[in-house]
Amino acid sequence: MDFTSKSMRINNARRTGANYLVSGLSILATIIVILPLIAILFYLVYKGASSLNLAFFTHIPAPVGQEGGGMANAIVGSGIVLLVASLLGIPVGIAAGVYLAEFGRGKALGTAVRFTADVLNGVPSIVMGISIYSLIVIQQKHFSALAGGIALAIMMVPTITRTTEEMLATVPHAIREAALGLGVPKWRTAVSVSLRTASPGIITGCMLAFARVAGETAPLLFTALGNQFWSFKLNEPIAALPLQIYVYAISPYDEWHRLAWAGSLVLIVMIMVSVTLVRIFANRGVLKGGS
Amino acid sequence: MTDEQDSRSSQPVPPILPNSLAALAPETVAPSPAVAPSVIRDFLNKRGGGSLADNSFAAVMLLCALSIFAIVLFIFGILVLHSRLSLAAFGWKFFARQAWDPVSGDFGALPFIWGTLATSLLALCMAVPLALGVAIFLTELCPRPLRAPISFLTELLAAIPSVVYGLWAVFVLVPIMRDQLGPFLLKFFGWTGLFDGANFGVGLLTASIILAIMILPIISSLTRDIMTAVPNSQREAVLALGATRWEMIRIGVLRNSRIGIVGAVMLGLGRALGETMAVTMVIGNHPNIGKSLFAPANTLASVIAGEFSEATSDIYLSALIEIGLALFLVTIVVNAIARLMVWAVTRNAPARVH
Repeated sequence: MDFTSKSMRINNARRTGANYLVSGLSILATIIVILPLIAILFYLVYKGASSLNLAFFTHIPAPVGQEGGGMANAIVGSGIVLLVASLLGIPVGIAAGVYLAEFGRGKALGTAVRFTADVLNGVPSIVMGISIYSLIVIQQKHFSALAGGIALAIMMVPTITRTTEEMLATVPHAIREAALGLGVPKWRTAVSVSLRTASPGIITGCMLAFARVAGETAPLLFTALGNQFWSFKLNEPIAALPLQIYVYAISPYDEWHRLAWAGSLVLIVMIMVSVTLVRIFANRGVLKGGS
Repeated sequence: MTDEQDSRSSQPVPPILPNSLAALAPETVAPSPAVAPSVIRDFLNKRGGGSLADNSFAAVMLLCALSIFAIVLFIFGILVLHSRLSLAAFGWKFFARQAWDPVSGDFGALPFIWGTLATSLLALCMAVPLALGVAIFLTELCPRPLRAPISFLTELLAAIPSVVYGLWAVFVLVPIMRDQLGPFLLKFFGWTGLFDGANFGVGLLTASIILAIMILPIISSLTRDIMTAVPNSQREAVLALGATRWEMIRIGVLRNSRIGIVGAVMLGLGRALGETMAVTMVIGNHPNIGKSLFAPANTLASVIAGEFSEATSDIYLSALIEIGLALFLVTIVVNAIARLMVWAVTRNAPARVH
């Protein structure tokens, strides 16, 4: 026998309908989200691949109106600025992360630093750019790759701090206690035991920060400025890939638009390789099993 | 014990001297004002095992951690220092005036506040339902094999640099806006008065769309974290009472993570407020306050990016830096509130790298 009343049956139908509706809507939402990504990637590959040739990687930009030219100076310049930023930002970030994980657990100062690092992660990059402009570029009276590197470094520090701390927090306490019990000094425990155990995770955190900062344009707009020619000195304005893409994208010349697409493809490939490597390494390294 | 010594060093441990035996009888030890000389302590200090090495290491780590405070204070200080010209000239009314005339030196930031608020709120309206839908799909409905690729794809959206979004928007979104989407919106929704004026493709609506695409991954990824932090017992309890799947999500998961989701949305808002490059390329760069969504406008970040290199007079530069200061303070406040909300909900959940 069926013990449901008519109103119960209507209500059940309504609830089942709502269930299917929401499932359908969320699947629709996922499709709508994935679509622009695929559209952007497809369009990027389509427009960028046709203009990628050896000249792109070996030549500097040609004068307007001339065919050819490339972004070799921008790629090398990006590399130099990112190198400066990594040399400045990665050690400070890892050290701050070690403090938070090893010495600052449970302390108010540790919580405050953690919170400030999270908040600093959300500050717009253009604000970092104009602060470094006000500090360094105005004093030195010229734009420089060093200023650009410093602007990117202060963007990397909070990200690397947080990821280092989270990776170190996953190291089981038993390992630290075993090392301390054997008489290893506390600093050596932190360096040779905790850091070494969490090092794949820390490296992936650094790569994430590197990938994020590699695509930043706004901090470099007023510090590194950009350069149409080869430049290897830290005291001069230097070209950078995202900067060059921005300048070319808003220019009125078709040739430069073509180069902008090719540059975007190179930038995206570089970043996607880093993100994919992060994904592959993310599950390795930290000791599995009971602690 | 010998194993320990062998494993730690190849140097022999010096023999324990009779002096240390005296330490076992406290009444015979002369009270020394400073640390008494000890061979063992010297040995340990030489090999990096003493308190000196530990303390100096901790001090260096502490210094690097304090550098984060130093960065925040430095940015605040230098922005205030370089905007004092504009602060002195206009005071707080700077943010209520509608002028922006570099030639005559008359500046007011109201058009940019309007542009920032309008684009950010429009972007939130478009992005939050979609992000919630993706999060619900990925945590509750998605079959396990599909979960990793789709979440990877949404995180890839977050990895694309802003300038590439801007490039795509300029060459793909703007023509669509101008030729297809604009006339469509005008035909069906022109009665609202939101779509008056000429449609060049660049404007508030285009900037809002590209902002929505950019903040979607952040909101969805954080919402997923928050939803996974809800314990399974809540879900099972609701299901045991006879709920459908949507009712289980609504009552068991969403109701418990309301605060966290608000925090995630605020984080997306914080990102939208500060987004520069993509917005600069498609917003039209005109300090304008208007009702039409097709009209060009300007945001706080895009006016800095666009006009900083053309700021010839000191007061112009100072006004732009004051706008930067305002942007800094607003994003700090929004991010701080958002992080507090997210932290309150995910406090006991396992950490995940963002």
